[in-house]
Amino acid sequence: MAESLQPVEDPNRAYVGAGTPPVIAPGHTFGTVTDKISAIVLTRRTPLGWYAGFLLAGSFAFLLLVSLTYLVTKGIGIWGNNIPVGWAFDITNFVWWIGIGHAGTLISAILLLLKQTWRTSINRFAEAMTLFAVACAGIFPLFHTGRPWLAYWLFPYPNSMSLWPQFRSPLIWDVFAVSTYATVSALFWYVGLIPDLATLRDRSQSRAGRVIYGMLAMGWRGSARHWHRYDTAYLLLAGLATPLVVSVHTVVSFDFAIGIVPGWHTTIFPPYFVAGAIYSGFAMVLTLAIPIRAVYNLEDFITMRHLQNMAKVMLVTGLIVAYGYGTEAFISWYSGDKYEGFVPMNRIFGPYAFYYWLLITCNVIIPQALWFKRVRTSVPVLFVISLIVNVGMWLERFVIIVLSLSRDFLTSSWGRFAPTFWDWSTLFGTVGLFVSLLFLFLRFLPMISIFEIRTLLPEAKVSDE
Amino acid sequence: MEQIADPVARRTFLKLMGASLALAGVSACTRQPAERIVPYVRQPEELVPGRPLFYATAMAIGGVATGLLVESHEGRPTKVEGNPEHPSSLGASDIYAQAAVLGLYDPDRSQTLTNLGEIRPWSAFLGAISAALTAQRPLKGAGIRILTESVSSPTLASQIRDVLQRFPSAKWHQWDPASRDAARAGSKLAFGEFVDAQYRFENADVILSLDADFLGCGPGSLRYARDFAARRRPEQADRMNRLYAIESMPTSTGAGRSGGSGEPAEFAEAESKFLDAVAKDLQAHRGRSLVIAGDGQPPAVHALAHAMNQTLGNVGRTLVYTQTAEAEPVDQMASLRDLVADLNSGKVDLLVIIGGNPVYTAPADLKFADALGKAQLRAHLAMHDDETSALSHWHVPEAHFLETWSDARGHDGTVSIVQPLIAPLYGGKSAHEVLAAMSDRPERSAHDLIREFWKVEKDDRAWRRWLHDGVVPNTAFTPKIVTAAIRNPQSPIPNQSAIRNPQSAISPTGAVEVSFRNDPSVLDGRFANNGWLQELPKPITKLTWDNAVLVSPATAATLRAAGGPAFQGGEHGQILADVVELTAAGRTIRGALFTVVGHPDDCATVHLGYGRTRGGALALGAGFDANAIRTADAPSFAGGAAMKLTGDTFSLACTQYHHLTEGRGMVRSLTRDEFVRDPKAVHEGDETPPRTITLYPDYPYQGYKWGMSIDINACIGCNACVVGCQSENNIPVVGKKEVLSGREMHWIRIDTYYRGLAANPETYFQPVPCMQCENAPCEVVCPVGATSHSHEGLNDMVYNRCVGTRYCSDNCPYKVRRFNFFLYQDWNTPSLKLGRNPDVSVRSRGVMEKCTYCVQRINEAKIDSERESRPIADGEIRTACQQACPADAIVFGNLNDPNSRVAKLQAEERNYALLGELNTRPRTTYLAAVRNVNPELGE
Repeated sequence: MAESLQPVEDPNRAYVGAGTPPVIAPGHTFGTVTDKISAIVLTRRTPLGWYAGFLLAGSFAFLLLVSLTYLVTKGIGIWGNNIPVGWAFDITNFVWWIGIGHAGTLISAILLLLKQTWRTSINRFAEAMTLFAVACAGIFPLFHTGRPWLAYWLFPYPNSMSLWPQFRSPLIWDVFAVSTYATVSALFWYVGLIPDLATLRDRSQSRAGRVIYGMLAMGWRGSARHWHRYDTAYLLLAGLATPLVVSVHTVVSFDFAIGIVPGWHTTIFPPYFVAGAIYSGFAMVLTLAIPIRAVYNLEDFITMRHLQNMAKVMLVTGLIVAYGYGTEAFISWYSGDKYEGFVPMNRIFGPYAFYYWLLITCNVIIPQALWFKRVRTSVPVLFVISLIVNVGMWLERFVIIVLSLSRDFLTSSWGRFAPTFWDWSTLFGTVGLFVSLLFLFLRFLPMISIFEIRTLLPEAKVSDE
Repeated sequence: MEQIADPVARRTFLKLMGASLALAGVSACTRQPAERIVPYVRQPEELVPGRPLFYATAMAIGGVATGLLVESHEGRPTKVEGNPEHPSSLGASDIYAQAAVLGLYDPDRSQTLTNLGEIRPWSAFLGAISAALTAQRPLKGAGIRILTESVSSPTLASQIRDVLQRFPSAKWHQWDPASRDAARAGSKLAFGEFVDAQYRFENADVILSLDADFLGCGPGSLRYARDFAARRRPEQADRMNRLYAIESMPTSTGAGRSGGSGEPAEFAEAESKFLDAVAKDLQAHRGRSLVIAGDGQPPAVHALAHAMNQTLGNVGRTLVYTQTAEAEPVDQMASLRDLVADLNSGKVDLLVIIGGNPVYTAPADLKFADALGKAQLRAHLAMHDDETSALSHWHVPEAHFLETWSDARGHDGTVSIVQPLIAPLYGGKSAHEVLAAMSDRPERSAHDLIREFWKVEKDDRAWRRWLHDGVVPNTAFTPKIVTAAIRNPQSPIPNQSAIRNPQSAISPTGAVEVSFRNDPSVLDGRFANNGWLQELPKPITKLTWDNAVLVSPATAATLRAAGGPAFQGGEHGQILADVVELTAAGRTIRGALFTVVGHPDDCATVHLGYGRTRGGALALGAGFDANAIRTADAPSFAGGAAMKLTGDTFSLACTQYHHLTEGRGMVRSLTRDEFVRDPKAVHEGDETPPRTITLYPDYPYQGYKWGMSIDINACIGCNACVVGCQSENNIPVVGKKEVLSGREMHWIRIDTYYRGLAANPETYFQPVPCMQCENAPCEVVCPVGATSHSHEGLNDMVYNRCVGTRYCSDNCPYKVRRFNFFLYQDWNTPSLKLGRNPDVSVRSRGVMEKCTYCVQRINEAKIDSERESRPIADGEIRTACQQACPADAIVFGNLNDPNSRVAKLQAEERNYALLGELNTRPRTTYLAAVRNVNPELGE
C-alpha cells in the first residue's frame, strides 16, 4: 500500500520562504493517510534500524534495572548524595522528566481547546512521550527514598495505626499532582487512540493483531453516536488536563519554593518552572519528531509548519525562562538578604560556575538563534538546538538543586557534590527506558492520529461551508 | 563499616555458616533447637533489668588517672562519665575516657596468649617466665629488664620494686610517649628534683602559654578547663582572666587566647611590642599570673617558666609544686636509650614489656626494633597484637581497665581504685598479674594484689567506701616547697644559648623546622584502632582518619603546593592535598600537606600515632609514621628538615574546610571592654523577627520546656561532647571513604571559625547539635510526619516512620541531620553489640537521625519524678554532651522554670540564637564570646 502513495515533493524545501507551510502536504486523501500511518504498524517491514535502536535503548533500560537493583540492595550511598547535598541527580532527573512530560498535555489539551489544528500531527506521540517521561520521572521520587519499600506511606491509605501522611509537605502534594497527571495523561492518550485502534483492528492481517487491537478498541464501530460521545469525552478530558499542565509543575516547584534554602525559597518558581517545563517539553518533541519524520518519511504529515511552530513556542518559553533567571538574580540582590544575595554570586563565581555558564549558554544564548527564520526552517539546526535545550534544562535543575544545597546558611557545612557511576547509570538508564518505550510505541501503535489527520484534509472541510 | 573490624573474613564465614545451616535445616527437616532465655533465679540485689548501675573507676593515660563513673547495663559497661568526686575530673571526661567503651569491645583486641604465634595457656607463660627467672637467680637478675609505661599505680610500683629486690641487678625502664619528658626534665633542671606543677587557674588573672596545650591534653587538663572557663564569664568582668598564647601549632587552648600567637623559633623584633605588653601585664599581676611551658618545649624553657613563676611570686598562689604522680620519675628518653644500649650489647636475657608499643613509638635513630631482637626472651603485654608483639616471643593479651583491678594517682596525687565492670572478655591479664608472675607467688590475682597493698582487712568498710566514691581520701599530695636556682651562674637557666634549640638557630634556606606532637585523637597511636577517635574531627584541622604535614598557608604557597576541596564531598568531606617529602636526619617520610591558618611560617607540625603496620584493622593504613624522622636527641623538634613536593596527591577526610563566617554572624564576639561598655552590642545587626510576626497564636508550652545554652566563650573545642554523644546515642562509625563523601554521622559537631588576620586569627569554637527549633523547617517538609514536635518542644525523630526522603536535611539551615546512606551500623560483630546503649534505637539503613536532647535521659528522669510525684529538679537531666564537657559550656534544662540555670543563661545579654533571623526560634542558643584583650595590644 505504501508503494501506491503518490510521491510528493520534498516538503522541507518546497515551502521555504513560500508563506506559511500547510499542516499537511497536498495530495493526500482519506485513504492515503490511513494507509500510510497504519502501514507502519501493520504491513511495512520493521526497519533494521528499529531493531538496532531498540537493542541499544533496551540495553540502557537494562542498565537502569541493574542500577535500581543495586540501589535497593546497598542504599542511597551508591550515589554521590551527601550532607548537605541531600538531593542531587535524583531530584534533578525527576524534575527534568516531569518537565519533558509537559509538552504532551499542552499540545493535546490546550492547543485542542485553542483550536490549533497544527497540533494534530504531533499530539499522539507527544502524549506518548509525556506518559513515558512521567514514568521515568516517577522512578526517582520512589527510589530516591532511603527505604523505597516503605514509600507507599506517602499515600493516604487507611491503616490500623490511623497514620496519615503529613499534608503540609510539598512531597505529598507532589504525590497527588504527579499521580493525577499520570492518570489523566494516560486516559487522554488512550481515549484518543480508540478510533485508531479500531482502524488497526479492521486492517490487521493477523489473528493476534485483530484480537489485541480489537480488545483495546473496546468495540468502536464509528457510529455517529460513538463519534458524538467520543468528541464530548475528549473535550472534557482536554478541559480536565488543561489545569494540570499548570498545576503539576507549579506543585513540583513548591518542593523548592516552600523550602527555606537560599536559591529555593522564591515566589517566582511556579510560573518559571511551568515555562521551563514547556520549554523542555517542546525541545524534546522536536528532538523526537525530527528523526522520526525522517526515518518514517512522515515529512508530509509533520511539516515545516509544525517544526516552525514548535521552534516559536521554544523561543517564547525560553525567553520567559531567561526572564526568570534575570528576575531571580535581581531580586536576590534587591532583597538585601545576605543569604539570598550570595546565591547568584555562588552560581556565577563559585565552584560550579562552569555549569551555570553552560546553562546560560544552552538555555538563553543559543536559543536566541530561533529569532531567525533561516534557523527555524533548517531541520538539522533545529535538531541541534533542541538537544542543547534539553541539556540546558537538565542543567537548570542541577543548578537550582545542587548549587543551592551545597552552600546554604552555615559556612561550616558547605560541601559539594560529584556524581558517581551509579548517578550517571540511573540517568542514562531512564533515557534508555524512555527511548525503549518510544520504540515500542512507534512499532505497535499509530504514532500519528489517523482520524484527526483526516480532518485536516480539504475533504473534511466541505461540511463547514 | 567495611573498614571496621576486618569483617570480610568474619562475614563471609558467617554467611557460609548461615547458608549451610539453612541448607542443613532444609535437608533434615528438623526443628531448630529451642533456645531458652533463663531469667535470674535469684535476682542480684540492686539490679533491676532496664535500669543501669554506675560504678566508680579510673583510667590512666601517661600514668595519670582520671576518675570515672561507668554506666553498666545488666553487667555490660556502656557509657563512661567523669567522676564528680575526683579532683582530676569533677564530673567531666575527655575523648579517651568517652571512647574507652569502644576500646573495651574492640573486636580487633588480641584475644589469645601466644608464643611465637601459637596459642598457649597462661600456665605455659608462667612456666616460661619462671624458667627464665630461675636461670637469672645466680646472676641476681642481671639479664632481666622490665619496660613499662609511666607508672603511677602504687601497687604496680611496689610490685616492680619487689621484683627488683628479688633480682637486685635487674633494671626497670620506663618509656611512655604520652608522658611529659621535657616537663620532667625541666623541673629537674630548675629544682634539682622531679616535681609536678599543679596550676590553680581559679587564682590566675593573666596566663602566658608558651606552646602549652594545658586545656587540651596532659594531667589535670579537665580540671584546668573547668577552672579556666569559670573565670571567663564576662558577667563577672572583673574576674575575667587573660590568656596570651605563643604557639608552634594552633591548639584548642590557644584558640581561647585574648591575644598573641607566634612562633618560638623566629620570635624577633616585630613581636617585641607584643612581648613588652605581655611582660608588663605579667608584672602588673604578680602573684596572680601564670607562665606555662608546653610539653613540646625543651627542658630549658620549662625551667625558665618555673623561674618566671617564682620571680612573679606565683608559686603557692597560681601554682604549687608537689611530688610527682608517677611512682618513679625518670628521664624516659635516657631510660629507653640505656635499654637499647643494654640490648645491643647482649646483656638482656629476659625483657618483659608491660604495655606500650616501643617498636612503633621509639624514635627512629634508636633502632629499637633491631635492638629488641637481641634479647633472648621477650614478652609483651598489650591490648592489640601490635608492632612490638610481632617481635616478641610471648604476647599476653592485656585486660582493659574496665576488666581489671588496679589503682592509679590523679594529677594531684589522689589515689583511685580501678575496679572492673566486667570479667575479661578474652581472658586478658593485667600488668599486676604479669608482674606477679615474676614474683615468688605468681598466681595472685590483681584483686588480691591491690587489697594486699592497701592492707584491706576483713572489715573492709573503708575499702568499700573507696570503691564507691572512686577516690581514696587524703591521698592528694601536699605542696612541696622548692626553689628554682635563678641566681646561680652555674645554672643554665639564664644562659641564652641553652634556650635556643641548637638546630633551629641555623636553618638553611628552604629548610623547615618540624615539630612532633601526639595526635589529638589517637595520641601516640595507642587509640589508633578506635573508630570513634579515628573519625573524630581533630580540633582546628577537622581532619579525620589521617595525620598530615601541617603548615601555614604562606609556607604552602612558597612550596607552590596546591590542594583544595574535591568535588566529591568538597569542603565538607574531601580535601585533595599535595603529598610532600620531609627529610630530616637523613630519613624521609611522605605525608599529605595541609594548611592551618595561624600556624607559624617555615615550620611544620606532624602528629604521631599514624602509619601503624600492625594492631588492628582501623589502625592499619591510616596516615604516615612521623616517628621515622624523629630522633632521641630532639624528640619534639627536628630542625633543618627539607620539604619538597612529590607531585602526588592524597585525599584527606576533613569535615570543615571553610572557616570564615562570610559576615553571617554565626559567632558573635566582643572584647571585654566593649561588653562592659554596652552588653547589648552583642545584638548589633540582629535581624531576628518579633514573635508576633505569625498569624497563629503561640503554642503554650506547659509543663516542661526544654532548652539548651552553649557558651562559646567557654568552649575549648576538646571534642569530649562529640564522643560522649556518639557513645550515648549508638552513633555508627562510617569510615574514611564515607567521611570523604561528607557523610559522617556525629549528632553534635564543633564548628571552628576564624576572624581577623590570617597570620594570627581569632579562633572560635561553636558546638552545633540540633537546635530543636520551635518553628522547625524540617518538620513541615517531612511527607510522612517522621519528625514532629513534642509538647515539651523537642523536635522528635521517629526512626520507624522515616522513609528517607532527606527533605528534612535539605531544609535544615543548621545541617545537623545525619542520614544512613548505607547500613552504617555494624549489626554482626557480637562484641560491639554489648557496648550499645539499650535505651537508644540502633538505626538502620535509609533513615534520618539527629540529636534528640538525649530524650532517653529526659524520659528516665520523667518516669522517676512522676513515680515520686515531684517535678524534675534543675540539673537532674544532663545531656551526654553536657555531662562530658570539661568547660561547663553546655547547660540543659527547663526554660519554664525561671530559676533553672539554662533559663538564667538564656536571659543573659550575651544570649543569641544562631540564624535567628530565619525565625526558626531555636531552643538551643549561644552565649557570645567575650575576649579579655589587653587594651595596649588592641584588636
